Amino acid sequence: MSTVAEALLAVSNVETCYGLSQVLFGVTLAVVPGETVTLMGRNGMGKTTTVRSVMGLTPAMTGSIRFDGIEIRELPSYRIAKLGLGLVPEGRQVFPNLTTRENLVATAANRRNVSDPWTLDKVCALFPRLAERLMSMANLLSGGEQQMLAIGRALMTNPRLLILDEATEGLAPLIRAEIWQCLTRLKAAGQSILVIDKNVQALIDFADRHYVIERGKVVWTGSSRELAAVPEVQHRYLGI
Amino acid sequence: MSRRFNTLNLLIAGVIAALALIPVYSALSGYPFLLSLFTRILILAMAAVTLNLIMGFGGMVSFGHAAYLGIGGYAVGILAKEGFNSGFLQWPVAVAASALFALAIGALSLRTRGVYFIMITLAFTQMIYYVAIGLDRYGGDDGMTIYRRSQFGGLINLSNRTVFYYLCLVLLLGTVYLVYRIVNSRFGLVIQGSRSNDRRMRAIGFPPYRYKLVCFVIGGALCGLAGALLANHTDFISPALMHWTRSGDLLVMSVLGGMGSVFGPVIGAVALLMLEETLSGLTEYWQIIIGPLFLLVVLFARGGIAGMLVGEHRG
Amino acid sequence: MLYFIEQSLNGVQLGMLLFLLAAGLTLIFGIMDLVNLAHGSLYMLGAYFAATFAAMTGSFIAGALLALIATLLVGMAVEVIAMRRLYGRDHLDHVLGTFGLILFFNELVRLIWGPAGMTLALPSEMLTAVQVLPGVYFPLYRLVIIVSTLAVALLLYVLVMRTRIGMLIRAGASNREMVGALGINIKLLYTLVFGLGAVLAGFAGLMQAPILTVQIGMGENILILAFVVIIIGGIGSIRGAFVAAMLVGLIDTVGRAFLPDLMRLFLSANAASTAGPAFSSMLIYMLTAGILVFRPEGLFPAATR
Repeated sequence: MSTVAEALLAVSNVETCYGLSQVLFGVTLAVVPGETVTLMGRNGMGKTTTVRSVMGLTPAMTGSIRFDGIEIRELPSYRIAKLGLGLVPEGRQVFPNLTTRENLVATAANRRNVSDPWTLDKVCALFPRLAERLMSMANLLSGGEQQMLAIGRALMTNPRLLILDEATEGLAPLIRAEIWQCLTRLKAAGQSILVIDKNVQALIDFADRHYVIERGKVVWTGSSRELAAVPEVQHRYLGI
Repeated sequence: MSRRFNTLNLLIAGVIAALALIPVYSALSGYPFLLSLFTRILILAMAAVTLNLIMGFGGMVSFGHAAYLGIGGYAVGILAKEGFNSGFLQWPVAVAASALFALAIGALSLRTRGVYFIMITLAFTQMIYYVAIGLDRYGGDDGMTIYRRSQFGGLINLSNRTVFYYLCLVLLLGTVYLVYRIVNSRFGLVIQGSRSNDRRMRAIGFPPYRYKLVCFVIGGALCGLAGALLANHTDFISPALMHWTRSGDLLVMSVLGGMGSVFGPVIGAVALLMLEETLSGLTEYWQIIIGPLFLLVVLFARGGIAGMLVGEHRG
Repeated sequence: MLYFIEQSLNGVQLGMLLFLLAAGLTLIFGIMDLVNLAHGSLYMLGAYFAATFAAMTGSFIAGALLALIATLLVGMAVEVIAMRRLYGRDHLDHVLGTFGLILFFNELVRLIWGPAGMTLALPSEMLTAVQVLPGVYFPLYRLVIIVSTLAVALLLYVLVMRTRIGMLIRAGASNREMVGALGINIKLLYTLVFGLGAVLAGFAGLMQAPILTVQIGMGENILILAFVVIIIGGIGSIRGAFVAAMLVGLIDTVGRAFLPDLMRLFLSANAASTAGPAFSSMLIYMLTAGILVFRPEGLFPAATR
């Protein structure tokens, strides 16, 4: 009998608070190896908090978060990252006082000894713009370049799961398209991806499955085809 | 504020009552040393209260406040040595000299902020300390005895220990009251506002620098008066009066007692000096305990004793 | 004139020591946003450890190496036990908390080594003077201080600017959380950085021990000067710290040597000998005052953090 593919990331009934106010009220989602999964919703619904809980930055209070079978809910974020989660955070958050090259190299790692790891050259091949700006200080890069740098930085840690939080926010359409293209190439190469974004159409084209979150709970989940078939869901929860 | 009869106010009333009765207790129990110890507590408490004015309320952490104890003390000592024993001359000079130094140091130091302000005040105090060491005529490093306490005609005899004690108590309570009035005045509100949000204060028309400087000077001037008292109490002045560790002691008293309360430093002074007395009876190395204890207070009981008492009501 | 050159070299040597301390302070403040008054205590411990280990082993070098290791261990222990809880808090809390540590260490040293202080003897090879210029002789050991401190400063530069650890240290200064999210154990990193600062302080302490002092409270006097250096040089700027350290070292040393004589030109001998030393100590603070009036951001303010 065919076994259900063991989920790479399994988030189960996670509840999280920010200070005194509760933001997540039982979030459940999963990413299977090789999949590209999205997390969608309006602002303030808990998308970034979910990511932060997964990464251990805003630890979840209850629930279970398993990565590759290992419970990571209560681990410090560096341990979680070492297990193979690569974060491209909201707001890009490149290190402004390091050069582009240093940003890529400083946290680079190949902890699982993959045979064909990401190198500086490969990242530059993926993002030619970065190759031109290797010696510039990162805070002097444009918004699009910084986004590419943040993605490259995460890739250099050879993650099993790449998490992108609002990776096209505030960028011009041309740059956005470039980034979607690169992400498509990554997906084609087999990278598992969890992506948060607001561009529903682009996400439908790009990803396999979707989760829609509203007020700290997942209210809809399904494949791209299913999402395309329910415009009322898009309308109600995503404001389309 | 909170109800009249909360725990903190009860403690304050209790402490004042106890302080008022010390001379009686000291005489009856046959421990004259107690009177001397508590006179010292009163004077240092007064200095700590003035420090808290600029620090707790003004947000200006001065690591150099002991300088004004020294300046006030040296004013009395120098004038006494040169033959001017009248307290009516010495004490105003002590206050005025302290105010002037505070003006100079404050004007320069307030051009920095945060930790740099702290270190600069420390640096200038060290400077004054070294200058005092260089004053050979007035004792230099060894210090100088004061042979006659400040004279006030027939008005009051400072050589009478009990009289002196009550004078210090009155001046301490007066200082507390004065600081209380300042803090709750419009001036005080500006100062407290500047502590948290400089820019907003400037935007609504209160240039923080000027207000902070005035506050700094007031604190220094009042501390100079405490210095004059201290010189009279010990009949001796020396540069050690203004060593930076003295400033540290005042800081400890303020934080221990509670920076958010005008009376807090008094509680802190009493607590610290009594703790020192007790501990030094137990071991010669009592400072080993005070150091980490203070760190623990900073980490876990930031509001000091007063903070803990008021907090229990907010709970 | 020869005296002037000799005093200038002494000033440079003092400046180098100040620079070491200031660099350590700036490193820890810049990366971990931590104000550490107990930095002076680590300086003192370096000296005491060196004096003790040198006496035990009979060798200055062995004593120095052991002292550096011991100071590193103490520094890391302090970080784990005390400093960790201070991160993210108000600078005032840092000042107050580390002040408590100063009291503790001063008393601890008094407990272990007694109140009298110690001496650290120089190895006999160092007791010669070297001719630096025709007719100008300068103690070999003081030259060693200058050279070794420069070497350490260079090593520090290479470490921070050219190694991966250096990149992580700098990255951590701007976004600690993100460095952790990318798989680096930032707590360990901070402990290492603090340990590095401790070693720098300890090194300065043990190097000056044979010619200056090994006594309780020695850390605080120089700590204040180190902060003055940082303020004059410009907060966050290592280059500024270097220039300012040289300035302060030179002005203090040369000033103390020549000011009383200068004053004798204008005042009576009596007044000059009274006021001379007092004014000499004031020179540095007058420089500080000048900087604060005309250029409060320092000589080389760092543009970004």
